[in-house]
Amino acid sequence: MSPGFLTLKLLRGLLTLFLAVTFVFVILRLAGDPLRLMLPDDTPPDVIDHYRQLYGLDRPLPEQYLRYLQGLMQGDFGYSFRDRQPALDTVLSRIPATLLLGLTSFVVSTLIGLVAGIVAALRRGSLVDQAVISFSIFGHSMPSFFLGILMILLFAMTWRILPSAGMGSAAHLVMPAITLGVGGAGAIARFTRSSMLEVLNQPYMKTARAKGVPVATRVLRDAVPNAAIPVVTVLGLRMGGLISGTVVVETVFAWPGIGQLLVTAVGQRDLAVVQTIVILVALTMVVANFAVDVAYRWLDPRIAGAGKEAT
Amino acid sequence: MTLVDDISFAGTRRRTSSGPTGPAVGPEPLLRLEGVSVGTDRVDLVMDVDLSLAPGETLCLVGESGCGKSLTCLAAMGLLSAPVRCTSGRVHFAGQEISALTETQLQALRGRDISMIFQDATAALNPVRRVGDQVAEVLVLHEGLTCHAARARAAALFDMVGIPDPRARLRAYPHELSGGMNQRVMIAMALACRPKLIVADEATTALDVTTQAQILDLLRQLQVETGAAMIFVTHDLGVVAEIADRVAVMYSGRIVEVATADALFEAPRHPYTRGLMACRLHVATPSAGRLAAIEGVVPPPSARPAGCAFAPRCPKAEAVCANRPALLGVGAAQAVACHSIGPAR
Ligand SMILES: Nc1ncnc2c1ncn2[C@@H]1O[C@H](COP(=O)(O)OP(=O)(O)OP(=O)(O)O)[C@@H](O)[C@H]1O
Ligand code: SF4
Ligand SMILES: [Mg+2]
Repeated sequence: MSPGFLTLKLLRGLLTLFLAVTFVFVILRLAGDPLRLMLPDDTPPDVIDHYRQLYGLDRPLPEQYLRYLQGLMQGDFGYSFRDRQPALDTVLSRIPATLLLGLTSFVVSTLIGLVAGIVAALRRGSLVDQAVISFSIFGHSMPSFFLGILMILLFAMTWRILPSAGMGSAAHLVMPAITLGVGGAGAIARFTRSSMLEVLNQPYMKTARAKGVPVATRVLRDAVPNAAIPVVTVLGLRMGGLISGTVVVETVFAWPGIGQLLVTAVGQRDLAVVQTIVILVALTMVVANFAVDVAYRWLDPRIAGAGKEAT
Repeated sequence: MTLVDDISFAGTRRRTSSGPTGPAVGPEPLLRLEGVSVGTDRVDLVMDVDLSLAPGETLCLVGESGCGKSLTCLAAMGLLSAPVRCTSGRVHFAGQEISALTETQLQALRGRDISMIFQDATAALNPVRRVGDQVAEVLVLHEGLTCHAARARAAALFDMVGIPDPRARLRAYPHELSGGMNQRVMIAMALACRPKLIVADEATTALDVTTQAQILDLLRQLQVETGAAMIFVTHDLGVVAEIADRVAVMYSGRIVEVATADALFEAPRHPYTRGLMACRLHVATPSAGRLAAIEGVVPPPSARPAGCAFAPRCPKAEAVCANRPALLGVGAAQAVACHSIGPAR
């Protein structure tokens, strides 16, 4: 992997991030006077003016923008006046909960999706295949809030075997992780299946068989690495949505993570917090994109080695 | 196979097993196909093929596109995959009945005793694995070498098949090599375990003329060195003339003529073979599926005429051709399936 490529991708990531940050600034100014949004409607004008000066909102827009960027560079993401602390601290305190839920769900659903997709492709047309297809349609079409509520009804209220809300034990993690992961597992299974089916028909799979390679080795060594290339895109999308994807699930299960914080912060007009979360989401996507690019290069030598034809 | 006299031509033409479909009396054949038919549940694709091959012998399979050459090769290796399967017949290889072996038993043979070279080597190599590893894999698998030793042997094989700078090439990916180089890699892979039989399915068709000649020379030379027998599928009668000991001409799923190369080029008997020979003289596109000198096209397997499948295109077709002609010997070196080849010859 050439350093030139890495630099290029990093620069592009930074540019994306810069655009996202600018976008946040513009949207917040377009949405009206931030002070009117933040402060109660009956705030006396002199108090508003006080805050306007305090936050520098009385300055010309370009200056505000530069100050805003400068603040971000120094780790100043604004002040959460609900929590009376820097917005970044508020957001950071929620990250572990979201990562616990998001990563658990990501890892488990990825494993299930990959295995299900591979098995379905190998047993094309069988009952297993049809089960996988049905599951992926189910995962795709079931809205997560509905699935969450359904599970709460069954497992928490009717059978009382799982806690319905909050965070604390492994049992608390089960329902939110499933709700969050079903759609992804289905999508990954579907992609893996079709990618595998295409690869299994390639001439090099026949070569492997003609060489006397046992079937398990053929699948793992010849088919899967090729089939993985398009699947990486889906995995990247899922990874990019690791934080933004938890909003609904965290709300349904009262999971104290970033998604829940976002809903509360929007409701309470805690703008600095909202802005910090949006930037964080953009950062996640940039990182995920970068990871996808790196993974592509690693999996597919045809991309990495382009241009050095030898005979 | 027993000697069965054909009633209409009794005494002059006979079904034989030690005739043109197989080597004359001599060593036990290395490979023998007995009445092999290949098809799906719906159509027959290859019917009733009898062939045998002596150790070290080169048999060419020729015929237009779609006549069943590849399927015959795959059937000989037990490599057919669903929905296509061997519907009847038996395949013997080196004293074993291949058609009765399990997939696991076949795995031990494939790549070690029988190996295959495909038409498009670049597509036949795994794009995400280094070519050296793909060659070494065979040695690890069949000869129990360590990866390190296998790689050293792969380098020696690369050298043998004329790949320059073999150590460095081991680390190349298929897309970094030319088609001819990849075909050399395939050949190195096929020869790695010194197989008794090499099946080359249009191994040179995708290559330019110069490379084609180089690869042919290489194959022939290696064949002499290792004593391997070879089935060589091709459209190109020029290639056949150059390398074949014996030739089987296929048309629409059947062998219509089989003979020693000398006999065939001296006196092609089947109207289809004659057509092919005529094309060879007139048309300079050996890889083209269509033959200009023979009117019409090969019937698809689902719409084959009941009698001689060649009848719609045959200049000598007569009423009797509505019955399927049997493959019968003409002299010791040739067998033909055609009603026009009468006892008079
Ligand atoms: N999986 C399959 N299902 C149905 N028909 C098939 C299948 N594979 C091959 N056939 C048919 O079997 C016939 C013989 O195919 P085969 O590949 O053996 O031809 P070939 O002589 O090798 O032709 P070519 O010169 O184009 O390689 C063709 O008509 C082909 O369409
Ligand atoms: S059997 Fe009849 S139709 Fe067929 S090749 Fe011979 S003469 Fe032609
Ligand atoms: Mg073919």
